[in-house]
Amino acid sequence: MDLQTQEAILRASQTHDKADLLVLLGSPDPESAEIAAETVIVGDPSYAGALAGAQLGLLTYHVLEDEVHADVPDDVWEAQIGVMADVLEADALSATVAGFRNQA
Amino acid sequence: MPDVVISAATQVLAHVPGLARHGSKPRRELPKNAEQAEKFAAALRTFEDAAAYPPHQAWIGNIHPRDLPARPYSANAGAPQRTGRFGEIMPEEEFFGLLAAVDDFELFALSPEAAKAAAAALAVHPLAKALNLERIEKAGGDIEAVAAEPNALRLTDGAVMRCAQADDESLSAHVLIDNLAAKATATLALLHLLERSGIDPTSVEYVIGCGEEAIGDRYQRGGGNMGKTVAEAAGLTDASGADVKNFCAAFVPALVVASSLVSAGVFKRVVVVSGGSLAKLGMKFQGHLAKELPIMEDVLGGTACLIEADDGTSPKVRLDVVGRHKVSAGGSAAEVMKALAVEPLSRHGIAMTEIDDYATELHNPEITEPQGSGNVPERNYRTIAALSAAKGDIARADIASFVTERGMPGYAPTQGHLASALCYLPHALDRLTTGDARKVMLLAKGSLFLGRMCQLSDGMSVLLERNERR
Repeated sequence: MDLQTQEAILRASQTHDKADLLVLLGSPDPESAEIAAETVIVGDPSYAGALAGAQLGLLTYHVLEDEVHADVPDDVWEAQIGVMADVLEADALSATVAGFRNQA
Repeated sequence: MPDVVISAATQVLAHVPGLARHGSKPRRELPKNAEQAEKFAAALRTFEDAAAYPPHQAWIGNIHPRDLPARPYSANAGAPQRTGRFGEIMPEEEFFGLLAAVDDFELFALSPEAAKAAAAALAVHPLAKALNLERIEKAGGDIEAVAAEPNALRLTDGAVMRCAQADDESLSAHVLIDNLAAKATATLALLHLLERSGIDPTSVEYVIGCGEEAIGDRYQRGGGNMGKTVAEAAGLTDASGADVKNFCAAFVPALVVASSLVSAGVFKRVVVVSGGSLAKLGMKFQGHLAKELPIMEDVLGGTACLIEADDGTSPKVRLDVVGRHKVSAGGSAAEVMKALAVEPLSRHGIAMTEIDDYATELHNPEITEPQGSGNVPERNYRTIAALSAAKGDIARADIASFVTERGMPGYAPTQGHLASALCYLPHALDRLTTGDARKVMLLAKGSLFLGRMCQLSDGMSVLLERNERR
């Protein structure tokens, strides 16, 4: 996860109640989804960014998970996200992020 | 509107392991960590390894990307081949000679040994007659003295770049070596284009640059003109030129502008050139080192193509089938691809399955995956295929076969604009002339938001078609 995104997430976690925050990932493959989920839940594994050592434990979903789909209006889903469900490995992405979320 | 064709296209690589640490990422990271810097130096490839690397062989035209061997590519590489049908891979020692030969302001300095080696290597180059080789010898001298000049940049043991003006960051040594490397690689590609097409150099009337470098001074950072710069360096005495800028997407707009100039009768022959991006060398090195891979972003690319009025044989540029990403189109990957791949074809009743090859961002996944950027071309092809399914041109079950048949593995170094459709152009010309393709679509995307002036993406596409008179 790039350094500016990490800084933005750290700022949000400092100015809002963590229980009010949800991180929505759009990572294109399970490997990068895993790193992104790890970064916002237990801290930046590369120790390069603002979230190094920050155990924020933020609630995190991948945008292609069923729970997200259920909360997005159908027309928005079709226009903005739907095609990507055919493009990316939605099941693997969901399993990866859900795995990290449940572990946290 | 008279038809316009692309009659020739070339591309080159310069293998520059010594310059790799001056890429933006290594330049920022390596000084912080001596152990990492040591690992970086140890992980650089030899020229033989870089020249044998199958994606590079696809770049210079010795194999089609669909014929690339299984990954890891280097484990399945053949013998190193320096030249190919589209151009060549130049070793660093010789490229330093080329840098000196195209340096109009005596900014690039070499040690006497490096200058001698560079001059000797370049003197036997088949295109050397077009270059000012005297400059190489002149560039040789006491580089310790040059390195001690204020704000000079030590490039390698044998090479130093001067700063042109101490208080102007646009003329710092770092910026100038970026620009000189772009000029040199673009010039080399253009010299190959002149050689291979056999045209009279004075018949080219305009040269459009579409690279990513920013030539200028403090009053106009990035305002410069690589097109005319390269025209002069390659001896196109009757040409003028200008640049088309659009981040990674610049080539397709440049091609459309060049083709429009020919179609409108403004110029008879226009060349589009681009040079390599030194800033992007070693960009993903941390992922490569973490996975004990070599530093694979150790090459600079250069390209040139020739656009002229219909010659009866060369592939046509279908200026009526241009896709553009509108301001209002939305920035999701699917929205961008809809604008570029679906809309222009639908407008002409062309099924997406009528396109034999789609050329999109063809980044080599072996370079991008270790750093977590995934397989970019595969994602693009799956998006195009999914849109084709949504449109009803194919069944959803056929998405995978669409990707295999109409897509291809990525093979371009991560040099932005060069990976973005542009690198496929010489292959496209082959496929549309001696091959069996009838239609090839070029799609280029760019990230405007990187410059922090707007939140937009952009992209443009254009259809190339076999010349039916052929």
